[in-house]
Amino acid sequence: MAQSNGSGSYQAGVKNYADNYWTPDYVPLDTDLLAVFKVVPQPGVPREEAAAAVAAESSTGTWTTVWTDLLTDIEYYKGRCYRIEAIPGDSGAFFAFVAYPMDLFEEGSVVNVLTSLVGNVFGFKAVRSLRLEDLRFPLAYVKTCGGPPNGIQVERDRLGKYGRPLMGCTIKPKLGLSAKNYGRAVYECLRGGLDFTKDDENINSQPFMRWNHRFEFVMEAVHKATAETGERKGHYLNCTAPTPEEMYKRAEFAKELGAPIIMLDFFTAGFCANTGLANWCRENNMLLHIHRAMHAVVDRNPMHGIHFRVLVKCLRLSGGDHLHSGTVVGKLEGDREATIGWIDLMREAFVPENRRRGIFFDQDWSSMPGVFPVASGGIHVWHMPALVAIFGDDSCLQFGGGTLGHPWGNAPGAHANRVAVEACVEARNQGRDVEREGKEILTEAARHSPELAVALDTWKEIKFEFETVDKIEGAVA
Amino acid sequence: MPIEAYGPTQRRGETFSYLPPMTPERLRHQIAYIIRSGWNPAIEHTEPEKFASNFWYLWKLPLFGEQSVDKVMAELDECHRTNPGHHVRLLGYDNYMQSQGTSFIVHGGAR
Repeated sequence: MAQSNGSGSYQAGVKNYADNYWTPDYVPLDTDLLAVFKVVPQPGVPREEAAAAVAAESSTGTWTTVWTDLLTDIEYYKGRCYRIEAIPGDSGAFFAFVAYPMDLFEEGSVVNVLTSLVGNVFGFKAVRSLRLEDLRFPLAYVKTCGGPPNGIQVERDRLGKYGRPLMGCTIKPKLGLSAKNYGRAVYECLRGGLDFTKDDENINSQPFMRWNHRFEFVMEAVHKATAETGERKGHYLNCTAPTPEEMYKRAEFAKELGAPIIMLDFFTAGFCANTGLANWCRENNMLLHIHRAMHAVVDRNPMHGIHFRVLVKCLRLSGGDHLHSGTVVGKLEGDREATIGWIDLMREAFVPENRRRGIFFDQDWSSMPGVFPVASGGIHVWHMPALVAIFGDDSCLQFGGGTLGHPWGNAPGAHANRVAVEACVEARNQGRDVEREGKEILTEAARHSPELAVALDTWKEIKFEFETVDKIEGAVA
Repeated sequence: MPIEAYGPTQRRGETFSYLPPMTPERLRHQIAYIIRSGWNPAIEHTEPEKFASNFWYLWKLPLFGEQSVDKVMAELDECHRTNPGHHVRLLGYDNYMQSQGTSFIVHGGAR
């Protein structure tokens, strides 16, 4: 029980979280940062108490009352759970909506926001599992963040590419190639018609290929393919490194070689590194490609962790010009509506609440530039119609095996992909339903391109049709 | 099928340059798409040797608010006749995105 000190104003001891942090009458302010958590409380813990505990532990609260609470305006600083919502078909879990005053967070620091919101609270005993489903960043906070160093519009202008998706390819095998052999693979892809090639996420600076050797050979390939095709080309030079100092060193060398774009594995490198490198890119007119390796560790379990749409919002604030989004149709997880939800969050200026797509809040990005979603992983020419329909023009479609696995080699593989995407875009612009007529569109285009004919023959109509692990629940609010 | 060698790299001209050259019929569809998208059609041309610059010669002014496919076709023809040997491209200015919704070569091309 709480002990009174006599004045009635300070009572030591443990109080119910709900007394202070469950405020169902609270109307969130435009300046509040809003969060929705999926909570599974421990048996016997009432929903209001568990929800309030999450609000408290992710803001001002701790397990016991402390006298120093009285030295500040707790009523102003505390996070509040203002709504609890049942999840249809799941009696164990519920949604808790929490509002945080903006002043709890350092300006322009995704690092600080995450440390608060998904910090200690995720190991908290009162909850069995916890998942941060969505966040609403107040516009006032958005304006304190740097965001994408360039954005979709600037990237298009710089590359001179309009009216179609950008085309890329991850160089394989992932590990083991020498720098010169690697550069050869890059050159073949680019001269065949791709806009970009990409380092694999785990290519950093291993003994078989040191980063500086790779950068030199790759940039020779990029410059030669650019000169020959008259189209602007690039290769995502992965600058992910063991230390920030080393990361910046690699970025500087990429710039020195005339590279238009570099790359970071933002999740393993961390948001501090990401925000820093995004700032460097902004100052140095460099495009920044972001890979999301490790994301599935935190976003795949539907009951615990952080939903990918939250990571998308954080990355857009922290800064990146491209972000891997999943493909819907390829080898990796992600259902169609949910994917469209988070690619909207990457690209649009305003994204309204849409529960069918798992979006819990309106999100106003104002003038913050957009991020190109990157569809990568297990895709090939047969997927092209669906990819064009789902992702539209403002996307980067990346065919790794779908380029390099062409029976005639990388350049014909690249060529086949380019013909396929242009045929789908042309058909779409003509008003045709590219998904339904995909087979005819590709077959027609292959009559003028033996490269595409062979690709269509090699891969047939493969589909990856496993059930997604993470489905949107409570879709109907 | 036996492996076919991929020949020396050819110069290309971005969007649609990997498809067969535009026919008038296909071109009309793309003009209609630009108009339907609410973009302003515009025409640019250049000597082939100045291909790499962002800034080709602007033909007259962008055709602001133009709704007629025929009129855009006629301007493309006139630009082409007046500047034989030049590359001519058609673009759609998207004033909401402050960018170009599309851009592709209609005459000449980089090949």
